[in-house]
Amino acid sequence: MSTDIVLRAEGVGKRFGGFTALSGVELEVRAGERLGLIGPNGSGKSTFTNCLAGAFPSHDGGFTFKGQKLAGLTSHERARRGLARTFQLPRPFRGLTVLENIRVPLAYGGRDSATDERAMECLQSVELASKAHRMPRELTQVELRRLELARATALRPELLIADEVMAGLSHAEVDQILALLFRLNGNGTTIIMIEHVMRAVTEFSQRLAVLVAGKKIADGDPRAVLSMPEVEEAYLGR
Amino acid sequence: MSETAITAMAARSAPRRMSHPAFWLASIAAALVAIIALRAFGSEYAYFAATFVLQYVVLATAWNILGGYAGYVNFGAAAFFAAGAYTTVAIGKALGLSLLPCIAFAAAVGGALGFGTGILTLRLRGAYFAIATLCLSVVLQTLVVNWDYVGGSRGAYVIRPREVPWPFDSYSGYLCAIMVVLAAASVAIARSIETSRLGLGLAALRDDEAAAEAAGVPTLRLKLVATTISGAMMAVAGAPLPYLGSYVEPNSAFGLAYAVNAIAMPLIGGTGSWAGPLIGAILLASLQQAATVTISSAANLLIVGVVLVVFVCAAPHGIIGLFRRRA
Amino acid sequence: MDPDLALLLNGIVSGLLLGGLYAAAAAGLSVSFGMLDVVNIAHPAFMVLGSLIVALLWAATGLDPLLLSILLTPAFWALGAAIYVAYHHFFERRGDEAIQGLAFFFGVMFIIEVGLVLAIGPEQHFVDAAYANTTWRLGEIDLPLRMLVPALVSFAAIGGLVLFLRRTFTGRAIAAVAQDREALRLLAIDPVRIKRLAFGISIAMAALAGGALVVVQPVDAWSGHVFIGRVFAVVIMGGLSSLGGCVLAALAFGVVENVTASFYGPSWSPAVAFGCLLLVLAVRPQGFFGRTA
Repeated sequence: MSTDIVLRAEGVGKRFGGFTALSGVELEVRAGERLGLIGPNGSGKSTFTNCLAGAFPSHDGGFTFKGQKLAGLTSHERARRGLARTFQLPRPFRGLTVLENIRVPLAYGGRDSATDERAMECLQSVELASKAHRMPRELTQVELRRLELARATALRPELLIADEVMAGLSHAEVDQILALLFRLNGNGTTIIMIEHVMRAVTEFSQRLAVLVAGKKIADGDPRAVLSMPEVEEAYLGR
Repeated sequence: MSETAITAMAARSAPRRMSHPAFWLASIAAALVAIIALRAFGSEYAYFAATFVLQYVVLATAWNILGGYAGYVNFGAAAFFAAGAYTTVAIGKALGLSLLPCIAFAAAVGGALGFGTGILTLRLRGAYFAIATLCLSVVLQTLVVNWDYVGGSRGAYVIRPREVPWPFDSYSGYLCAIMVVLAAASVAIARSIETSRLGLGLAALRDDEAAAEAAGVPTLRLKLVATTISGAMMAVAGAPLPYLGSYVEPNSAFGLAYAVNAIAMPLIGGTGSWAGPLIGAILLASLQQAATVTISSAANLLIVGVVLVVFVCAAPHGIIGLFRRRA
Repeated sequence: MDPDLALLLNGIVSGLLLGGLYAAAAAGLSVSFGMLDVVNIAHPAFMVLGSLIVALLWAATGLDPLLLSILLTPAFWALGAAIYVAYHHFFERRGDEAIQGLAFFFGVMFIIEVGLVLAIGPEQHFVDAAYANTTWRLGEIDLPLRMLVPALVSFAAIGGLVLFLRRTFTGRAIAAVAQDREALRLLAIDPVRIKRLAFGISIAMAALAGGALVVVQPVDAWSGHVFIGRVFAVVIMGGLSSLGGCVLAALAFGVVENVTASFYGPSWSPAVAFGCLLLVLAVRPQGFFGRTA
C-alpha cells in the first residue's frame, strides 16, 4: 500500500448558530486506504462530510486534498478534482432515467466521456445495467443505493465518501454493497465509510476514526478502537 | 457481458434521436413551408393570427428553457416580453433602425436583464425565485411608466415603414415571416439545449441541486446561462409587438396575458421537451385567437386559467406526458 | 411647522395606517405560505374577491363594510378548506408541489379575477362607511378614520389570531405543523386536517383584509396584483411564520411606500417597495424580523 496522504483535515470546526457541530478535527487518509468513520447520531459525521464535499464552508481549519487546499472551492469543483460523495438518503435525479443519471457525472466530471457505453459500464459495475432505461422511482431501496454509488464512482474519484449507504438494508444487501466497495477499493479508490451498521464497518475498515460531539476521540486499528472505554461509553451511554 | 452486448443494450430502447443539424434543417424547412403557405393564403387576418400565435410559440419556448428544463418558475415573462417591445420603440426612435436590428438589440437587452435577474436571485430557489421575478416585473413596469422618452404611461406609436421588402405583399406578411423564422429558430435552440450537455446539467439541477453539484455540475453557472438565454428569447418574442399593433403602452406590453400564457402553454404541452411549449402555444393561442372573435378578452383569459388549473391537476406532465409514459 | 416636515410626518402616519391594511393582507399569507409552506399567490385575489362581495352586499344592505367582511369569514373559511383539499389531493400528496403547485394557484388567481370581471364588470367598486369622511386631527397630523378604523380592525384580528395560535390546542398544532409534520403524527393529529383548517383561516383572513381594503380605496377585479409583491414582501421580511414580524414589516413597508409617494409621486411607490423586496431576497432571504435560518 502506498503511504501517500491523499486527504488531510486540519483543525476542522463548524458551528450552527450557538451549536458547535465540529471542533478541531484532525484526520489523515492515505491513498488506497479504507477508513471507517463512526460515531453516535449527531456526532458530526454528516457535518464533516458536508464540509469536506463543500456543501457548506467550515469555520475553522481546512482540508488538503492531493496536496491542494480545498478552501474556497465549490462542491462541483471538488467533485471534478476527484472527491466524490454519496448522500445518506439516495438523491437520484428523479426526472432522468437511470442511464441519464450516470451521464451527468460523466458529462460534468471532466474525467471521462459521456457516452452511453461508459454509462452502461458504470451501471454494470453496480449490476443495474438491466434497469438502464427505467426511472429512479421504479427502483428498490437497495438499487437506489447502488445508483447513488454508481453516480459517485462515475466521477472516477480518488476519494469516495460513502455516507451510510448500508442503512436499512438486509444482511444480503449489505454484503452486496460491501463487495462493491471492496472492488472499488481494489481498483485504487480511497474510501471513507461513514456507517452505523457495525458489521459492515468492522469488516470493511482498515482503520477506524470515532467522532463524538464534534470531536475525534479515537483513531486507529478497528479492534483496538472499538475496545476503548471512551468509545464504548459514547455508544452505550453512561 | 461482452463489450458488444453492452453497446447493444445501450442502443436498444434508448430513444432514437435526430442529430442537431438534421433538426435545424427540419426547422428551416418547416419555416419555409409555413411562410410560403401563408404567402399563398395572403389574407391580412391570417397574417395577424399567425403572428399572434407564433409570438407565443417563441415566448413559451423561451420560458420553458428556464422553467421547464431548469425548474425555475419565472412569473415575470411579461417584463421580458415588454423589455423586447420597448427596446424596439427606444432603438427605433433613437437610431431610426428598422425591426430586424431592433430584434438583435432586444435579444441583447433581454439577455442582460436575464443575466441580471440570475445574478440577483442566484441563491433563491422555488417560490422565492418566482416571487422575485414577479417583483422584477413590477419594478420594470414602473420604470417604463415613468420613462417619458418611450411615451410613459401614454404609450408610443410606431409607424410601419411604407416600403415592404421583396417578396412580401404587405408589411403584415413580412412581420409574419419574421415571426415564423423566430419561432422555428427558438424551437430549434430549445431542442439543441435539451439534447446537449447543458440540457442534461439543467435537468440534474432541476431535480436536485446539491446532488447535481456533487456530480460535478456547476449549478450556479448553468442557472445564469439558462436565465440569460431564456431572457434573451423572451425579449425577442416581444420585439415585433410595436409593429404588430402600431401602438404599445405599458399596460398591454406588461399585460397579464403574457405572464399567464408563458406559464400555461409549456405546462399544458409538457415542460420536459421542446415539443411541449410548441404544442401548448399553438393550441392555447389558436383557441384564444378564435375566442377573441366571439367572446371578450376577459373570457379569453378565463379559459387560459381554467385550462391551466385543469391540466396541472389532471395531467401534471402535460399533453406530451399523456402520450409518453415517462418523465 | 416646516411644511416639508409636516409632509414627512403625515407621510409616516398615513404609511403606518396603510401598513395596518398590509398587515391584514399579509397575515393570512403568513399562515399559508409561512407556516404551511403553501405558496398561495392567489391570496390577494381572494382578498379582492372579499372586497367586491362586501361592496355588493354593502350596496344591497347598507350594513357596515367591516361588519360584512366579518360575516363573510365562515364562507371564506370553507372556500379555503376546499381549495386546500384540492391542492393536497393533486400536488402535496404527489410531491409535485414546486412548479405545478405554483401554476395551480396562478390559475386560481386568474379564474377569480376574470370571473369577477365577467360577473360584475371591470369597473371600480367602493363603499361609503359611516365614518369615511371624518378625519381626526392631532396638530398638523391627519388621522382619517377611513384609514384608521380598518387598521384597528386588522390589528384586532391579527391579535385574535395570535392568541388562537398560542392558547388553543388546535392553534398550537398549526404552529407545530410549521415546524415538524412527523411530530404531529406521533400525537395522533392528522396534519392534513390541521393544514386544511389553517388554510381556511388564511383565506378567512383574506376576507377581512378585503373588507379593510374596500373601505380604504375603490377596488376593481385586478386590484390584487399590486398586492402580490407587497404581501409576499411583508411575509418574507417578517420572517415567514412570525405574525409579529409580519406586522412590523407591514408597517415599515407602508411607511416606505407612502413617504416615497408623498415626495416623488405615487407612480414611483411600487418600484421602491418591490425594489426593497428584491434586495431582501437577494441579501437576506430569511427576513429581517424572523428567526435566523
